[in-house]
Amino acid sequence: MDLAYKPKLAKILEVKELTAREKLFTLRLENGEPLNHQPGQFVEVSVFGVGECPISICSSPTRGPEFQMCVRAIGNVTNAIHQLKPGDYVGIRGPYGRGFPVEEAKGQDLLLAAGGLGMAPLRSFIQYLMDRRSDYGEITILYGSREPKEILFKDEIDLMKSIGQCYLTVDRGDETWQGHVGVITTLCPIVKVNPQRTIAITVGPPVMYKFILKEFFNMGIPEDRIYVDLERHMKCGVGKCGHCQINGLYVCKEGPVFKYTEIKELPEAI
Amino acid sequence: MSLRVMKKEEGYEFLEGVKRDYRVIAPVAENGFFVFKPLEEVKEVVFDYSIAIYPVKNFLLPPYEDYLKFKRAEVPQVEVLSEEVPQTVLFGMRPCDLNSLSLLDDAFLGDPLDMLYKKRRDNFVFIVMDCMAPCDEFSFCKDMGTLNAEKGFDILVTKVNDLYFFKPGSDKGASLIQKYGKGKEASSEEESLLKKAYEEREKNFFKKLKMDKNELPKVLWKGYDSPFWEEVAKKCLSCGSCNLVCPTCYCFDVRDKVEINLKEGVRFRTWDGCMLVDFAKVAGGENFRPTTVQRLRHRFLRKGKYLLDRYGKVGCVGCGRCTRHCLVKINPVEVYNGVYNRI
Repeated sequence: MDLAYKPKLAKILEVKELTAREKLFTLRLENGEPLNHQPGQFVEVSVFGVGECPISICSSPTRGPEFQMCVRAIGNVTNAIHQLKPGDYVGIRGPYGRGFPVEEAKGQDLLLAAGGLGMAPLRSFIQYLMDRRSDYGEITILYGSREPKEILFKDEIDLMKSIGQCYLTVDRGDETWQGHVGVITTLCPIVKVNPQRTIAITVGPPVMYKFILKEFFNMGIPEDRIYVDLERHMKCGVGKCGHCQINGLYVCKEGPVFKYTEIKELPEAI
Repeated sequence: MSLRVMKKEEGYEFLEGVKRDYRVIAPVAENGFFVFKPLEEVKEVVFDYSIAIYPVKNFLLPPYEDYLKFKRAEVPQVEVLSEEVPQTVLFGMRPCDLNSLSLLDDAFLGDPLDMLYKKRRDNFVFIVMDCMAPCDEFSFCKDMGTLNAEKGFDILVTKVNDLYFFKPGSDKGASLIQKYGKGKEASSEEESLLKKAYEEREKNFFKKLKMDKNELPKVLWKGYDSPFWEEVAKKCLSCGSCNLVCPTCYCFDVRDKVEINLKEGVRFRTWDGCMLVDFAKVAGGENFRPTTVQRLRHRFLRKGKYLLDRYGKVGCVGCGRCTRHCLVKINPVEVYNGVYNRI
């Protein structure tokens, strides 16, 4: 039996600079097989000699054997990833974790709220929705960034608008920005949803959750129709190393996507 | 399976025989303490030791373990390192140590199987030395239900007066006694001597917790926000000594090290501790347990609730090592009772 911690090799096919801090990497496993992931799952990425870190997959499994990761250069491994070019290799373990509720959401309306880099994991689901559009009801996307220059996947916003309502906001505008200004929650009063038909999903920086959840509750969305995608340090990815625990839950196994009712009693969650 | 009785000298002869064919790890005296060590000489073994500083996890989940070798090339080469694990007899572990193994098993033999752990464990024979009196004031095995070696051992050794009873617990253990055992089969008088010793042992151990161990999850959850945690955390140095010596603390970190030529290197895992400040920190800078009180509470809840909820067993075996080696003597018995008193 093989060692669960041994990564497979994946080749970088394309690197695209999205912002000053984020790059989009397109990869394919060396054996040519698809990753077989679900939207919202993550992989452990190795740069040999530097280390391993968890990165969410930002493309949909419906897009063929290639997969994408949007990486912010912020730690040791991610800074090393940013040095890589097409043709270079990384190690990949996974996919791991429980992703977005693609099955439960079928036939339902969707309200998706992403803050900052939260757009990366959420994009895997948005792409999935584009490819399986008829399986789902009304789609509303809220996307908040700190500044216009930090908006990820700018050239895909029109595509997102083509599957539903898509509202953007920035915390601070600049001379070019003509859209909404304010934190993501300030978009909520504009949004009209049918709360009993809606599944709400949110991904963002830790500080965002309690505020956006409050807005979801105000809209009347029932607690068991709300999902959160939570970030922790998923070091091993397989429920052993202990780093990603939220109270008794392992984010790497039981998450990173949780139904709100699963974590609402956990003081460490939100 | 039958019961063998040996005198101390015969016990040493037994180990001498075993040592010819196995690596033997046993308690030896070192700097005024006892530690488990691979034996050079059988005479080093202290049969009547109290408890070892370190738990037995050190041998199944080593503090540092290289597991991948890689070459940084155009196409990197990655290879699993598979170090040969010698056939090993671990002699003299205490029942608490044995009970701690089942918690390591839950984590590392569960899906996905951890081959690094399994490979070691499969090559070990466990000989448990029973406790007839508490090792010192810090242990609370009776509360944790870990005083008895019920299953999972290969041989259980019990000392009564100057006799050592060797009871096989597996085929492996039986054949070890068969092959290397000295002494003789226990007579019916000796068997009743053993039985009586166990009956008398009961008065040597008493409970220290104010609640049953199975009530711990409820008590700890109810007392989650108790100001009592702050009182304990005020003393805590957040040094992680408790993590280090705990037989059931198995959290680990994964790191790479490269040769000076930057072309090749190894990936290794190493112990990590939830009491250390960086444990729950992510690259973005967010630390999900920045304060001592959060980390301390997490550690006690992991032992007393989270592992119990997940695996059905309390994550603490009551060995007392954490208190014994804590610089400020934070004691789980006092912590659990303290929470209990405040809810």
